[in-house]
Amino acid sequence: MGNTLTIYKRELGTYFNSPVAYIVITVFLVVIGYMFFSQAFLVGEATMRDMFGLAPLLFTFFAPAITMRLMAEEKRSGTIELLITMPVRDWEVVLGKFFAGLSVLLVAIALTFAYPLTLSTMGDLDWGTVAGGYLGLVLLSGAYIAIGLMTSSWTQNQVVAYIVAWLITFALFIGGKLLPLMPQAIAPFVEYLSLDLHFNNIAKGVIDTRDLIYYLTLIGACLLVSVQSLDSRRWR
Amino acid sequence: MIQVDNLTKDYGTKLAVDSISFDVHSGEVLGFLGPNGAGKSTTMKMLTCFLAPTAGTARVGGHDVLEQSLAVRNMVGYLPEDTPLYHDLTTLEMLEFVSSVRGVDNASRDDRLRRIAAVCGLNDVLGQPVGELSKGFRQRVGLAQAMIHDPPILILDEPTSGLDPNQIVEIRELIKKIGEEKTVILSTHILPEVQATCGRVIIINEGKLVADGSPDELAGRDAANTYRVLVEGAEAKAVKEKLEAVAGVSRVTASEGENGASGFVVAGDADQDLRRDLFACVRDNDWVLLEMQRHRASLEDVFRKLTRE
Repeated sequence: MGNTLTIYKRELGTYFNSPVAYIVITVFLVVIGYMFFSQAFLVGEATMRDMFGLAPLLFTFFAPAITMRLMAEEKRSGTIELLITMPVRDWEVVLGKFFAGLSVLLVAIALTFAYPLTLSTMGDLDWGTVAGGYLGLVLLSGAYIAIGLMTSSWTQNQVVAYIVAWLITFALFIGGKLLPLMPQAIAPFVEYLSLDLHFNNIAKGVIDTRDLIYYLTLIGACLLVSVQSLDSRRWR
Repeated sequence: MIQVDNLTKDYGTKLAVDSISFDVHSGEVLGFLGPNGAGKSTTMKMLTCFLAPTAGTARVGGHDVLEQSLAVRNMVGYLPEDTPLYHDLTTLEMLEFVSSVRGVDNASRDDRLRRIAAVCGLNDVLGQPVGELSKGFRQRVGLAQAMIHDPPILILDEPTSGLDPNQIVEIRELIKKIGEEKTVILSTHILPEVQATCGRVIIINEGKLVADGSPDELAGRDAANTYRVLVEGAEAKAVKEKLEAVAGVSRVTASEGENGASGFVVAGDADQDLRRDLFACVRDNDWVLLEMQRHRASLEDVFRKLTRE
């Protein structure tokens, strides 16, 4: 566990030493801010629904930008050899990197607290749905970061890692929107896989164990694949 | 300390290492020699648990590299090829990161860091980002991170590549000093380096082990001594005949002469010094010996002979 923390700290330091974290967070806040204020001021309604509704789509762009370098960069520069010839376990590396990536996205999310606070001074805000929405965002971030970390572990090219992560998260997002077009046989399956659907449940303030299990399973599976892909160089 | 038994690595498209076996004893400095692409780095990657062998076993400090990989990695300090380092960290942060993952305990960490920085001459660049350092300093950071936890075994992949001649000498001195108390394996394709630092040499070519011994043993092995002589006073043909008649001479070939004098390269047995006999031969015939030089077979000759087949 100590190694996880050491790797976590180093990754986080790298994010905030380079422009990556600042750029991602700034762009994120600008886009979210626009969505939020257009709703609040144009429609004149004290709700965060639009902001939360857009998050699953917006995050498909932001999360891979954070995760693409996590493994790919180490592979390209060769530091992966330095790192894993030290006495660390593969899962310690994966977990440290996962939490570092997640932290960057959570910082961005935490900075949006300003919006509901502003809103609550102007109208009657339903704090229950806001809390549900934020919990949903945290779980969603976890899933997207885990997917991005996994694709980053497949390649040494950051662009490839970004695009593949975007494709996977976007497919999971759009799957739920296309349900009416699906054949009866696969629709329930796709429905269960759809990120959007599970997110909407939580964002409404309905916290169902099935949705939690869905997210945790997805995160766990992606991290497991990342560990395996890190270990694959040792396969005979 | 290290036992390698029929170690093989097959990349699918290329058989990089082909059943290599050797032992390294405690306190030895072993030079790993071979042309580029011979399998040196691959062998080192297997010894440091970065790659798994396709077949065969390797034990480091009594631990199997596959089964007890954490124990092996604990005992080994490793400088990978091309010295990969985190370029955004400063020298100090880099060393702190490695010592933290390596489990150097907090109480002795500062002391240890200061000592290793002094040994590797890093005191002036501790605050600089590694990415901004010159190649020579980066190499030293690489060495420092490999030694930070005081490992009994050091594996260094081309520790002097890309350094200028002064730095090369410094790093060699450093390795020699380390080698007095630790087991060191270093790979290189620079031959003088091996003669300067290693007590023992292994030569690999195309994945196979082709020679194993001390630099002197290898240089002496099956390589004949040759002498270059320049003789004045007779026809080249006559001189050649007389020289061939000297006991111990195996072959005489004509080489560059000077006006009036003829030159020869005389080959003889390795264990015999023929200079006196050659001189006696020239004197007895009343010729004049203008030059004589003995050329001992060097590691370079052996290397070229073994790796150019």
